[in-house]
Amino acid sequence: MSVRGRMSGNEAAALAIRQINPDVVAAFPITPSTEIPQFVSRFVADGAVDTEFVAVESEHSAMSACMGAEAAGVRAMTATSSAGMALMYELLYVAASDRLPIVLAAVNRALTGPININTEHSDSMGARDSGWIQIYSENAQEAYDNMLMAHRIGEHEDVMLPVMICQDGFITSHAIENIETEEDAAVRAFIGTYKPQHHLLDPAESVAVGPYGVSAYVMELKRAQAYAMECAKQVILDVSFDFAQKFGRAYGLFEEYRMEDAEVGVLIIGSAAGTCKDAVDRLRERGVKAGLVKLRVFRPFPAEELAKALGGLSALAIMDRSDGFSGVGGPLGAEVRAALYSYGISKTVTTNIVYGLGGRDIRVEDFESIYGMLGSKEELPRTMYIGQRE
Amino acid sequence: MTKTNKMEGIDEQSPWRDLTQGGFVYGEGNSAFFNTGDWRTKAPVWKQENCKQCLLCFPVCPDSSIPVEGGKRRDFDMFHCKGCGICAQVCPFGAIGMEVL
Repeated sequence: MSVRGRMSGNEAAALAIRQINPDVVAAFPITPSTEIPQFVSRFVADGAVDTEFVAVESEHSAMSACMGAEAAGVRAMTATSSAGMALMYELLYVAASDRLPIVLAAVNRALTGPININTEHSDSMGARDSGWIQIYSENAQEAYDNMLMAHRIGEHEDVMLPVMICQDGFITSHAIENIETEEDAAVRAFIGTYKPQHHLLDPAESVAVGPYGVSAYVMELKRAQAYAMECAKQVILDVSFDFAQKFGRAYGLFEEYRMEDAEVGVLIIGSAAGTCKDAVDRLRERGVKAGLVKLRVFRPFPAEELAKALGGLSALAIMDRSDGFSGVGGPLGAEVRAALYSYGISKTVTTNIVYGLGGRDIRVEDFESIYGMLGSKEELPRTMYIGQRE
Repeated sequence: MTKTNKMEGIDEQSPWRDLTQGGFVYGEGNSAFFNTGDWRTKAPVWKQENCKQCLLCFPVCPDSSIPVEGGKRRDFDMFHCKGCGICAQVCPFGAIGMEVL
């Protein structure tokens, strides 16, 4: 039975970790994810988990310790943000290539330059090509639910990839919300125990993890890794379906909000989707056929499904909470446009809007003006910024 | 001791679906089965008539390519020899020549 509670996104992620009861958590504190390892170390001190908590001296070491633990055959988790994720960068690629299904609670924060502690997606978007599955959450409820699904997805034999569960710093991680949580026994039954097929501490088999790949093998190994990511899409859908059956909350690769007959639409990731939904409701009352697609799964990228969901719109704004500094917008804009193009969608006009950098607010009125722009007959700018002083 | 190759069937011709997940290597001592002698540009040649069996050559070989049986060296194991020429350098009797390939 679900239990009603009130907690922040960090508390929700930490609660999920307590219920998952991983064998190892190795982490280094960084705002705004600091609370997660802080809660975990309290669980350890209270005897509430069997976890070995490794207080490492850097995020590079945190990810290294997680990789060692997973290679040894146990569940390992960590949490980080911003520059902490950047310091893990080298190992993120290795964890994915070595097919170690580590789960990372990412609390999105702007990468430094200038230094800032507020939400932005530049940290995890920078790691978008590292080979990790990336699932984004709109609120504390989704952060909790996505954490509970992460191991089933990453540890699936067709996948065996690390998973990043992202939530927005402060807006989600520190704001207290109403949330439904599940009982420990139900969570553990849903997740199950981890039985890796091969691991370093198996006395019956000697194995080398992460050997050098000579040129004659690298391309084949990378192709296999890419295939695992392709397979992850169906596994995410299957696990989400099972989650909905057990706990009653349904998730797909993305959420479609009032999209049935929508003519103008916004595609967005993370907490600002809630603000945008308010704008959609207001516009619908005024007879504007506005809709929203909130992307949950960014890796693997659901190109075909998005093209289908967005292809009926006359105009679409793709919202990026990080700048790609390509001179032509952000990463989501580039990938969604590529998806529309490769699936033959030519009638949907798009603009790519960079917003909310360094925690800059985006308001319901901002979204109303975006929908207004999409519905006007004027030519859309290919790329634009919103919320900055002109 | 006879070694079994647990990676048997996986080689540079294997399609990507046949490789191990993550490139894991199973079993120990697999390097014995891996041909690393295919990229040398020079090859050592053992001139038996000059060899005094002093055994100065085999300990300096970085690739264990000089087999020793019953206290005597045998001909080169070219499967792992890189053609580095150290054996030819240490031989006091001119019993090892280097042939350019």
